[in-house]
Amino acid sequence: MLEHYLSLATKAVFVENMALAFFLGMCSFLAVSRKVETATGLGLAVIFVLGVTCPLNQILNDTFLKDGSLAWAGLGNVNLGFLSFLTLIGTIAAAVQIVEMTLDRFVPGLYNALGVFLPLIAVNCAILGASLFMVQRDYTLGEATVFGLGSGVGWALAIVALAAVREKLRYSNIPGPLRGLGATFIVVGLMSLGFMAFAGIQL
Amino acid sequence: MSKEREALLDPLFNNNPIGLQVLGICSALAVTTGMSTALVMSLAVIFVLCCSNVAVSLIRNQIPSSIRIIVQLTIISSLVIITDQILKAFVYEISKQLSVFVGLIITNCIIMGRAEAYAMQNGPRMSFIDGLGNGLGYSVVLMAVAFVRELFGAGKLFGYTVLPLATEGGWYVPNGLMVLSPAAFFLIGGFIWAVRAWKPEQVEEDFRVGTLLEPGHEGSLR
Repeated sequence: MLEHYLSLATKAVFVENMALAFFLGMCSFLAVSRKVETATGLGLAVIFVLGVTCPLNQILNDTFLKDGSLAWAGLGNVNLGFLSFLTLIGTIAAAVQIVEMTLDRFVPGLYNALGVFLPLIAVNCAILGASLFMVQRDYTLGEATVFGLGSGVGWALAIVALAAVREKLRYSNIPGPLRGLGATFIVVGLMSLGFMAFAGIQL
Repeated sequence: MSKEREALLDPLFNNNPIGLQVLGICSALAVTTGMSTALVMSLAVIFVLCCSNVAVSLIRNQIPSSIRIIVQLTIISSLVIITDQILKAFVYEISKQLSVFVGLIITNCIIMGRAEAYAMQNGPRMSFIDGLGNGLGYSVVLMAVAFVRELFGAGKLFGYTVLPLATEGGWYVPNGLMVLSPAAFFLIGGFIWAVRAWKPEQVEEDFRVGTLLEPGHEGSLR
C-alpha cells in the first residue's frame, strides 16, 4: 500500500511533472520566475493549495458528480458529470479565498510571505489541471491527496530551478530578439529535456 | 473602420497573446502534437473567447468589482461546459485526445486576461472583435507550432502522410524529439525570436508579465 503511494508521489513529482511534462501553470511559471525568493514563495503556496483542493474536489466528485454517485439520495440514474468544470473551479476559487483568510488570521507570517501570490493561484491551471486529472484517473481520497501534494512539489521544484537559472542568465549576452521570453522558453525546454530522463522510473 | 481593423489585426503579430502578452501558454504547448487537435482547440478557444468577451462586456456596468473574478469565471466555465459537450457529441475522438485541456480553457489566461483588460472597459461590439483577434493570434502560434511538430515528428499533416516514413517503405526518418514536450518549448522560443527579429520594437530589456498578473500594465494594454 505504502509502495503504491510512494510510486504515485514519485510519478507526480518527477515523471509527470506538472510544469515540464504537461505545461500546466505556465503563465505564472514564466512570469514569476525572475527571483529565487519569490519563486519559492509561489511554489509553497501552490503546494499548499494543491494539497487542499485536490482531496476536496475528490470528495465532491465522489459524492455528487460521478455517474451513479447520487445513489445515496435515491437518484441512482442521475449523472451530473457535466457540471464538473463549474464545481471544480468553484471549489478552487473558494478554497483559495478561505486559505487566504485563515492564513491572514492565524499565521500572518506565512500570509505576508505568500502575499500577492495566493489570489493568483485561483487561476493557475496547474491547480485545475490536477483536479481534472484526478477525476479522469478516478483516484481514491488517499491517492488524490498524495497526487495533489506530489504535483505541487514537482511544480515548485521546477519553478525554483528555473528562477535560479534565470538569475544567472541575466549576466549573459543574449541576442536582442531572443532576450527575455524567448531565452526563457529555450531554458525551460532544456529543463524539460532533463526531466525526461526520469521517464520510465518505476518504484 | 480602422479601429475595428486594428482590434482585429493587432493581436496577430504586433501584440500576440502568446508571444508578447505571455498569456495562454499552457494549452498552446500541450495540444500541438497534431494539426487536427490544434485546429479544434483553436476553434474552441475562439468561440469561448468571443462569447465571454461579449457577455462580460454586456454586464460590465453591473458587476461589482470585488466579485468580478468569480463572475467572469462562472461565465467562462459555463461556456467551456457547452464547448466540451459539443466536442464530445461531434468530434469524440479528438475530444478524447484533448482530454483535460478542454477543461483547462477555463483557466487559460487569454480569456481571463482579455475579459479583465478589454471587455470590462469596452462595448460588446468592440469586445467581440477583440476576442476574435486575440483568438486568431493564439491560433496562428498554435497552428504554426503544430505544423512543424506534426510534419517533422510524424511526417503527416492533419493525419495524412506527407513525408513517407522509412519504417513504411518511404525515405523520411521521423525526428522523435518533435513529438515530445521539450520541442514545443524550443519551437515557441524560436517563434518569438523570429517575430521579434522582424519587429524589433517588441524586444524587451527586461521581462514583461501578462496583464492578468499586473493589472494596469501599460505594455499589454495598448
